[in-house]
Amino acid sequence: MERAAVRGRLNWLEAEVVELVQEAPRVKTIVFEVPGWIGHLPGQHVDIRLTAEDGYQAQRSYSIANANGSKRVALTVEAVENGEVSPYLVSELVVGDRIELRGPIGGYFVWEPSKGGPLQLIAGGSGLVPLMAMVRSQTGVSAATPTRLLASARSWEELIYRDELEKSSVDLGSFEVVYTLTRSQPPGWTGYSRRIDQDLLGDSTWPIEDKPLTFICGPTGFVETAAAIMLELGHQPGRIKTERFGPSGG
Amino acid sequence: MNSDTHLDGNAIGSLLSDLFGREMTNQRACCDACGAINPLGMARVYVDAPGDVVRCSNCGTVVLVAVAVPNGVRVSFRALRWVELPD
Repeated sequence: MERAAVRGRLNWLEAEVVELVQEAPRVKTIVFEVPGWIGHLPGQHVDIRLTAEDGYQAQRSYSIANANGSKRVALTVEAVENGEVSPYLVSELVVGDRIELRGPIGGYFVWEPSKGGPLQLIAGGSGLVPLMAMVRSQTGVSAATPTRLLASARSWEELIYRDELEKSSVDLGSFEVVYTLTRSQPPGWTGYSRRIDQDLLGDSTWPIEDKPLTFICGPTGFVETAAAIMLELGHQPGRIKTERFGPSGG
Repeated sequence: MNSDTHLDGNAIGSLLSDLFGREMTNQRACCDACGAINPLGMARVYVDAPGDVVRCSNCGTVVLVAVAVPNGVRVSFRALRWVELPD
């Protein structure tokens, strides 16, 4: 009875850093081992809580980057200049450190195979994180959902997960990725090199007749623009889900 | 209202979970001002204010405000006509 009563309550759990991966100049993936983790769905996030010696606490939300499994939670964090939490997470955490974490949180911006497809993912900058969990959850799945990802980044160096995306687009037969690099492009670049607009989204996303389920994540301005264009292209509002990322004190 | 400053209801997932004891962002709520019915995850959330200000995604009316107080959070239900709870 007691268990049932607290079923939905989010309790703080102790998480241990087990791996750190540099993804881009100011971006790192932090993998935590979390005893007591109940598992998660792609698109969900966690709260992280840091407590200073004087008792001051700072709390932030971060999207989960990995597919569910083995009590591990991977977060990809961009260090926000003068931020309170993110510079610590990116620059100071080392393997073996412990922090407090609670989750999983979120039921709206969440995808699971039963929700069907085809899946259209549109990512601006670090908005790629929860969408990557959706891609990763399909690795090794025999009947993967046909998925297209449009990833916008400032440059190739700042595009997180780029090696894995390249590999996934070869390995997963049902996955296509399109990039746009808005500030600088490597020599010989053949992808897009501008901010998203109606032509770009019209040419690179599923046609209306395929009735894609669309997930858009990124900074507020990017999300607003992408969602407005998808509606203009004729996609149904109920098939478009959005999540806005903000610095919120970093 | 500057559209560049707001987040959305996903950002208050843990606050809603604290309030209702379960995951709420995909649950529908009705704005008391305009009657629009949408999942809470779609609401506009302004976190730059001294607290979290939640506005209706349709008409912009403030529907809920959460402000930190010394021993927790004070939540004001301004214009939520109703909220659906899952089983």
